[in-house]
Amino acid sequence: MLLPWQGGLRRANAVTRGRERRLAGSIVEFDRVGLRYGTGGEVLRDLDFRLAEGGFYFLTGPSGAGKTSLLKLLYLAQRPTRGRMSLFSDELAHAPRDALPGYRRRIGVVFQDFRLIRHLSAFDNVALPLRITGHDETEVEGPVREMLAWVGLADRASARPPTLSGGEQQRVAIARAVIARPELIIADEPTGNVDAAMAQRILHLLTAMNRLGTTVIVATHDLGLIAATPGAQLIRLENGVLVDPTGALRHPPGTPPRVGERGA
Amino acid sequence: MKLHSVSEADRRLIPSSGIKGPVPLLIAIMTFVMVVVAAAGLALGNTASVVKQGVENRFSIQISDGSAKTSAAIAAARSAPGVSRVEQVPPEDLRRTLERWLGPAGAEADLPLPVIIDVDLAPGADVPAVARRIEQAVAGARFVAHRASLAPLLDALRGLTMLAFGLVLLIAMASAAAVVLAARGALDTHRATIEVMHGIGATDEQVATLFLRQIAIDALIGGIAGAATAGLILAAIIGGASFATSLAGGPPLGWGDAAVLVALPLAVALLATMVARGALLRALRERL
Repeated sequence: MLLPWQGGLRRANAVTRGRERRLAGSIVEFDRVGLRYGTGGEVLRDLDFRLAEGGFYFLTGPSGAGKTSLLKLLYLAQRPTRGRMSLFSDELAHAPRDALPGYRRRIGVVFQDFRLIRHLSAFDNVALPLRITGHDETEVEGPVREMLAWVGLADRASARPPTLSGGEQQRVAIARAVIARPELIIADEPTGNVDAAMAQRILHLLTAMNRLGTTVIVATHDLGLIAATPGAQLIRLENGVLVDPTGALRHPPGTPPRVGERGA
Repeated sequence: MKLHSVSEADRRLIPSSGIKGPVPLLIAIMTFVMVVVAAAGLALGNTASVVKQGVENRFSIQISDGSAKTSAAIAAARSAPGVSRVEQVPPEDLRRTLERWLGPAGAEADLPLPVIIDVDLAPGADVPAVARRIEQAVAGARFVAHRASLAPLLDALRGLTMLAFGLVLLIAMASAAAVVLAARGALDTHRATIEVMHGIGATDEQVATLFLRQIAIDALIGGIAGAATAGLILAAIIGGASFATSLAGGPPLGWGDAAVLVALPLAVALLATMVARGALLRALRERL
């Protein structure tokens, strides 16, 4: 399957992809990270793990285990209340607020509730990351249309989210998350509202991006999705604590195998 | 999305409320009051200047005990260096003035009147020397500066002028406070959009710029509407008030004053935009 980046999108994203990809380093490092909201108890405790650049990870765990809180830390919507957290090799737990947008632009997020801007068309929602990074309109039109076509929404480009089905909104959200070719993709239940065929297509998109060097983290309850992704690693949370009996997440191998490169 | 310009795509992000929102109306009312008060302040200031200039070199010789000394007083005044004009105020004029104050009794012929002689001095004249010469030539004559008798009026005019400018500042501050409230309200209204934009890497400057465009347009539309209304009303008042022109010795507002009044709505729009920018950035910094 030909990905949009293999056409015009690759050219449009040349600016944002100017960063040289590191192949063997850690893209995420948590060192005894804890998180509490207000004066409540800790929802995440002593998280201590490293995610290798270019890896494919599934985040699993029962409801209330802290998956959403961990994702918020990862896409920089929340700071840890203790511990060290680094992304892209930079310590960000105490980074100045003004520095965060630059890191967020390197992360693509698919929210479980989509978080599309209701009064913007599907086209404008998908174009947002490119426009925020200063791409000219001539560099936006082609890639966005290509991406919408790829997620099967070419004829819904001018539709606004309230007029789209849940599955269509989810596909718009996915297109928006990947349009700027981020280094790290974080997806919260990305196949929760789509049929089996589209779920397969979305998974294929994520694995294809992973093969191009993008690190992917998918929070899911879908065991079928996990089973269909050979080579992916599991991050399991229970009661805010990382379940890592083998220590593989604390001490990952130097160069991670990408999905599809090794058997299930 | 450029940092300091707003494209068509950016405009779609924060839909315009057009001129239906409360901010343009609020700014229009504030600007209207501000222009009227500023015009009043400028007119009062101009009147004070004209009155002051008019009396700056004008004096009177007052002789309370009859007209026998009038000729001597006039002669003494004319011979003093620096005197440019000497003219007795006709007794009929004095009686007419008294009649206004006292009624028909003021016009009775047996009412004793002082002699009053107007004296204009050239700029730079030695006032004490002129006074000495007149008072030595005519016993009981008093040489009185008009500005001394008008000092309370001039003080009042200056005070009112300062009060007007103080009120303009207060109204500007009230306008700024209203714009801050409106800006914070707009942030709350578009909270979801802002969260998405922050989430995908928009900076505070980029977010604030989207709102500033609308605030600047609202402030400009409201400011121009308020100032235009005030201008029409002021033109009607000034055009129909001949007493104002005669009191001030000319139109109470000049072209320079008009330029100041025209600049006010632009200044209001600029102030509103700057204040809103600060308020927006402070509010955005409260979020991660």
